[in-house]
Amino acid sequence: MSERKKGWKEIPVGGVCWKPATEYSTGDWRTFKPVHDSEKCTKCLLCPIICPDASINWNTATQDIEFNYNFCKGCGICANECPANAIEMVREGEA
Amino acid sequence: MTLPSWKFTAKEIVKKPELFTSGHRACAGCGPAIALRQIMKATRGPTIVTNATGCMEVVSTIYPYTAWKVPWIHTAFENVAANASGIEAALKAMKRKEMYKGTIDVIAFAGDGGTFDIGIQALSGAAERGHDFLYVLYDNEAYMNTGIQRSGGTPHGASTTTSPAGKVIPGKTQFKKPIADIMVAHEIPYVATASIAYWQDVLMKARKGLEVEGPAFLHVFAPCPRGWRYDTSKTVEIARLAVETCVFPLWEAVNGNYSLSPQSKIAALKPDRKKPVIDYLKMQRRFRHLFNPSFEHERIVIQERIDKRWGKLLKKCDMA
Ligand code: SF4
Ligand code: SF4
Repeated sequence: MSERKKGWKEIPVGGVCWKPATEYSTGDWRTFKPVHDSEKCTKCLLCPIICPDASINWNTATQDIEFNYNFCKGCGICANECPANAIEMVREGEA
Repeated sequence: MTLPSWKFTAKEIVKKPELFTSGHRACAGCGPAIALRQIMKATRGPTIVTNATGCMEVVSTIYPYTAWKVPWIHTAFENVAANASGIEAALKAMKRKEMYKGTIDVIAFAGDGGTFDIGIQALSGAAERGHDFLYVLYDNEAYMNTGIQRSGGTPHGASTTTSPAGKVIPGKTQFKKPIADIMVAHEIPYVATASIAYWQDVLMKARKGLEVEGPAFLHVFAPCPRGWRYDTSKTVEIARLAVETCVFPLWEAVNGNYSLSPQSKIAALKPDRKKPVIDYLKMQRRFRHLFNPSFEHERIVIQERIDKRWGKLLKKCDMA
């Protein structure tokens, strides 16, 4: 009565996300922008670890903190947590 | 069982590649996103991740994008632990056939809805069968991506869309289910609680969970600015306050033996450093109604319950 259905080895692969999320920019969600003061910064490396969006990197060449504004959503956690007060949140377009 | 003692240093962690990358679409200031990022930094080698339906599944794999740099499998709300069991069993069979060498770790991520409520039978089964995997519960205390419905993980007094606070009802009337204790009762080798405010502790516990033979359960406290209604910059601060007020104490149970983690030991050794729960409640607008004079009693009830649970925990840790 019925044809043999295809087995799992024959059916096409589906539901696979193939594009890295890093090609999708979330930086334009931001209202406030973190501005970093390298002089005040003690390079404690807390902020690159607690940023929910992996938008703060440690640049081994320059030995400094770098913000990736392509992804930073402007949550302000880094500024709230920085023990040296080296990050300030500034309204976009004003800095 | 002896666990190796290592320390993660910030220098080493910032150099580790991101396995949970930028470009995910969690809200700004998302606590669970911090938890996942940190835990993926604690992996020791090839790792397969399976994710129950929930916030972190939704935001990390919006077709065709994926924020995962490891093999990752989405599964339904109820069966992430069953999925992890299957992956682990397959790996075992493949190893027997010498299809790969070395160790491949399995991590299951689920939220509080997928753990306290819908996923508990699969989790309980996987724990009983003794599969070797790490189960991470990222707890943001309600069904957040569907619009803030209460779960078994929602605390007493929190206003959600299905436990709204009114003139008579003070938000959720039941208390949070002690899920980590339920997992200890399964007699699995490793159970721990962690808070994203203490990243070293999170990483260390995740790594311990990966290294033990058999099931490990890690309950990570991960505040949600949207559902708890506070400013996005306060996520880590609230996660810290939850520990300082003993709302969410940090401990681990290795083979059923409880011990307090250093951050919670402070409150145990110096009770005057234990902050009042009110400090924690007043930062979040999901508890705002509790500050109406008519609900004053509720604040006392909450403090009493927290103290009672804390007292019980101290006994289990031989610190009473
Ligand atoms: S504002 Fe938030 S998203 Fe932006 S860098 Fe700071 S912590 Fe990361
Ligand atoms: S938290 Fe502050 S002091 Fe530490 S690395 Fe970041 S900016 Fe520098």
